[in-house]
Amino acid sequence: MAEAVRDAFGHTLVQLARENSDIVVLDADLATSTRVVYFAQEFPERFFQMGVAEQNMMGVAAGMALMGKIPFVSTFGVFASRRACDQVAISVAHCRLNVKIVGAYSGIVSGNNGATHQAVEDVGIMRAIPHIVVVDPSDGVETEQVVRAIVAYDGPVYLRVTRDVWPRVSPEGYNFVLGKAVQVREGVDVTLIGSGMMSSQCVEATHILSRSGIDARVLHMPTLKPIDVEAIVKAAEETGGIVTAENHNIYGGLGSAVAEVLAEHAPALMKRVGIQDCYGECGGNAELLCKYGMSPQHIAEAAQSVLQGRNYSVRRL
Amino acid sequence: MSSLSEQEIRRLEEIARRIRCRTVRTISEAGVGHVGGCLSEADILTALYFHVMKLDPQRPDWDDRDRFVLSKGHGAVGLYSTLAERGYFSPELLKTFGRINSAFQVHPDMHMVPGIEISTGALAQGLSAALGIALAARLDGKAFHVYCLIGDGESQEGQIWEAAQTAAHYKADNLTVILDYNGVQLLGPVSEIMEIAPVADKWRSFNWAVVEIDGHDMRQIITALEFAEEIKARPCIVIAHTTKGKGVSYMEGKAAWHGKPPNEKQLAQALVDLGCDRAGDAYG
Repeated sequence: MAEAVRDAFGHTLVQLARENSDIVVLDADLATSTRVVYFAQEFPERFFQMGVAEQNMMGVAAGMALMGKIPFVSTFGVFASRRACDQVAISVAHCRLNVKIVGAYSGIVSGNNGATHQAVEDVGIMRAIPHIVVVDPSDGVETEQVVRAIVAYDGPVYLRVTRDVWPRVSPEGYNFVLGKAVQVREGVDVTLIGSGMMSSQCVEATHILSRSGIDARVLHMPTLKPIDVEAIVKAAEETGGIVTAENHNIYGGLGSAVAEVLAEHAPALMKRVGIQDCYGECGGNAELLCKYGMSPQHIAEAAQSVLQGRNYSVRRL
Repeated sequence: MSSLSEQEIRRLEEIARRIRCRTVRTISEAGVGHVGGCLSEADILTALYFHVMKLDPQRPDWDDRDRFVLSKGHGAVGLYSTLAERGYFSPELLKTFGRINSAFQVHPDMHMVPGIEISTGALAQGLSAALGIALAARLDGKAFHVYCLIGDGESQEGQIWEAAQTAAHYKADNLTVILDYNGVQLLGPVSEIMEIAPVADKWRSFNWAVVEIDGHDMRQIITALEFAEEIKARPCIVIAHTTKGKGVSYMEGKAAWHGKPPNEKQLAQALVDLGCDRAGDAYG
């Protein structure tokens, strides 16, 4: 059974904390959901319960980073990005402090909590804040490497952490490198670029496309900032068309980042699959992906329309 | 407690006067800066940097130094003038304040000026950072003390009270907050814009030790800060009743001087008021 990103995050953090006594964790009363509870159990003296007060939590983390700590600030993505936005910008990013901000239950697939708990704009917010590295891993295998990499990296990071188990995307022998994309499926007709759990939906979409004789490439983009320009340009030049798929609003996230690269370096026809500038609602993950135009079927249709050079609009399944 | 001679009090008062002179001159010449709040905080900063805090201007990164966080980042020039007077950098550098390419930003930047612990200017954020320093220091078994200066307008921010609640919860007795209670904010009296009184009762109810003093009485300031450092098992706030624009006749208590720099003629009057026009005064 594959491991959910949140579980891999929680377990890896404990492993790293055994080697690195500078790691501290700050929680806003969500430790069991975010899985920093594992850390709290093993390192109670380094676990700081901050209560339901995210703005102060972000600032306290900044102060701890000044003292050489590596604070992991853990809450839901909606609160990390929106509630504490000014603290992230001024106390963490402007000061270029070594704070790791962990936004759990990212995107629309957030454990049937509905719109208030679905982070659909967190990547856009964090990407727009100078100095912040933004990472959106796909599965547990990758997450373990991501957590190691961001501890090794000295600077502010926003890490997206999904709640549930999604099909594994990481290839055998995968080696995550901060800022680098990874090709998880070869293909020549079109490239599907995914981030987070949506990369698994891209892989699913390739099976649908195969039935129509379309050989789609899948490029997984775990680091959303800095974005891997070289990999995007290569995909555009080699396959012509691009489809992005993200667990986020189509504004400000992966689709925007890829569009920026294509427009400046390698203009190509592209379509963006993601949340179409709206808030979500309650429901199961598969139902939400289907209703909000983010299912493998939607990705496949976007790819077909790119190939046909047609305008694509979301069809309700 | 250290003995506090009349001579020492007079020494500190003279330093505070020089800091005020530097402050009004810097702000006037730059044409930018928050002069009223810089003048109200000057005695507090003098007490901290010249009597209370363990520090070494030659080693601003010394691990065991006491920390000071200017949460009311608008008071930057008061802090710059204090640091310059204390020997962290040449006072000449303050001539660049507020200009392009200057290290001396209108709100302080930790990466540009030695002695600035963290960049502030977005109100209330400094207090949380100061608490973070205090909690990390305790984790590391460090004995230094953390001081944080907040403003009264700043006390309208919710984050101040999040931090207050958290510091008391963690019994952060290595943190002392000083409230520069000058009673005036940008648009008018705090009591009219958004009343914070009874602010001492609020801090008491948040389980803080509370001391109220005249924030321009050097002996009271130092006695209160030394008392605060001794308190165990809870953080302490020193509520310093101050006067906005302290020392400059036409500025005192006036909201108009929150963020308005004095012009050349007004500067001349300010320097007279502060006694900076005396022969041999470095700031005349």
